[in-house]
Amino acid sequence: MSGAEFKGDRTDAAVLAAIRSGDESGMAALYDRYSAVVYSVALRVLGDTGAAEDVLQEVFMQLWRNPGLFDASRGSLGPWLAVIARHRAIDGLRKRRPETDIADVVVAVEPDMAGDAERARAMEKVRGTLGAMPSPQRQALEMAYFEGLSHSEISEKTGEPLGTIKTRIRSGLLALRKAFAT
Amino acid sequence: MSLHEQFAEDLALYALGTLQGEERVALEKHLEGCAGCRRELEQLRGDMALMALSTAGPVPPRRARQRLIEAVAREPRRAAVSAKRSWWMVVPWVAAGALAVGLVTLWLQNSNLQRTIAGLQDQTAQQMAELQRARDVVSTLTATDAMRVTLVAAKTPPQPQGKVIYVRDRSSLIFLASNLQPLPPQKAYELWLIPANGAPIPAGVFKPDAHGSAAVVEPPLPPGVQAKAFAITVEPDSGSSAPTLPIVMIGAGE
Repeated sequence: MSGAEFKGDRTDAAVLAAIRSGDESGMAALYDRYSAVVYSVALRVLGDTGAAEDVLQEVFMQLWRNPGLFDASRGSLGPWLAVIARHRAIDGLRKRRPETDIADVVVAVEPDMAGDAERARAMEKVRGTLGAMPSPQRQALEMAYFEGLSHSEISEKTGEPLGTIKTRIRSGLLALRKAFAT
Repeated sequence: MSLHEQFAEDLALYALGTLQGEERVALEKHLEGCAGCRRELEQLRGDMALMALSTAGPVPPRRARQRLIEAVAREPRRAAVSAKRSWWMVVPWVAAGALAVGLVTLWLQNSNLQRTIAGLQDQTAQQMAELQRARDVVSTLTATDAMRVTLVAAKTPPQPQGKVIYVRDRSSLIFLASNLQPLPPQKAYELWLIPANGAPIPAGVFKPDAHGSAAVVEPPLPPGVQAKAFAITVEPDSGSSAPTLPIVMIGAGE
C-alpha cells in the first residue's frame, strides 16, 4: 500500500483517534505523514541509516503502544514527533538511557507540519534562517542540537566562554521562532 | 505571566536535554511553580521542532514501513475477550477496575488542581512583585530624604523648575519641582491643570522643603480632561478654587 490514500484526507486528530481505537491503518497513515521528518532528524544525529530506522521504529511503536503519550490539547503531533525523535537519537548517540519522559514533552509551534507543502515551505524558511546566522552561532546551535553536546563541552571544543555559548544557543533557537512569527 | 530572564538560557539548554547538575535541579524546581517558564519551555521545544526541519530530505527505505506495519500487527492492542467466564467471576475485577479508574481520575484531578494552584500562586507572586515595584517608584519620587538634582546648562544659576507627568485616560498626575522659592507664612503653592476649554482645575496644594523641592502624586482630578497647560500660583495654605494671579510658573504640553 502506498499510503497515499491517507495523505491530506485525514486530520491528525482522525489519525490519532484511529490509533487509539486500535486501528492499524492509523499507524500506516501516521507513518506516511511523518516518517520522513522523524527519520531525517534521526539520520542527521546518528549518521547511520540502520540506527535511524531503529529510532523511527521505536518512536512510532511507542505511540502505538501508548497513544495517550501524546496529548493533542497541548500541541501538534508532527513537531512532537520531531522533538521525541531527536531526543531518542541523541540518547542513542551518547549511549545513554532515555533521559526525557516523553509524556512530559509539550511542544508549542507553528506551522503545522502535516501537509507536504507546509513542511516544504517551513523547511526552506528554517534553512534560510540558519544560513543567515553568524557562523559561530549556527555552529553552537548545531553542536547542541545534533550532537547533544552540553554548553561546557561546546565551550571546550570551540574555546569560547560558557556564557557566550549559552547565549548563542538560545538566541539561535529564538531566531528560528522569530522567522515564523512574521 | 512571563519568562524569568535569569532562567532564559538554562531553559534552552534544558529543552535540548543538555542541562545537568545543580542548574538542572534548580530549574526543575522553578518550573514546578512557574507557568510562564513552562510556556517558554514549550515554545523552545517548538523551536527545536523547527530545527528538525532543517534536516528534511532523506526518506526512510521502503522496508522501514513494512517493518513497522508488521510490528504493529504483532502487537494488536485489542485484548481478546473470553466469552466463557461466568458473569459473577468478573464482578470483583470490574469492581477493582472501577476503583482503579476512580483513583486514577482523582489523582489526575488532584494533579490538575495542583497545577492550577501553582499557576495562581505564580500569578499572585508576580502581581505582588509588580505592586512592590510601583510602590518603590512612587516612594523614591516622593521620599523626603531623596537627593534631588536638577541638571542645567553649565554656568546657569539654578532656576525654579517643575515637571508634570499627566496621563489623561487615567486622570493620573505626578508633579515634581525643584529650586522653588520659599513661601511667605500661611501661603502654599497650588498646581493648576489648565484645560483646553473651561476654567483652571486645582491639581494639588504643596509646600517645598528646605531645599526647594516638592512633589504632588495623584491628586484628585475629574476624569479624562484634555490639558492645555499646567500652572502654579501662590495661594492661602488651604488652597483656592480659582487661581490668584500672578502665575509663578507655567508650562504647556510637549
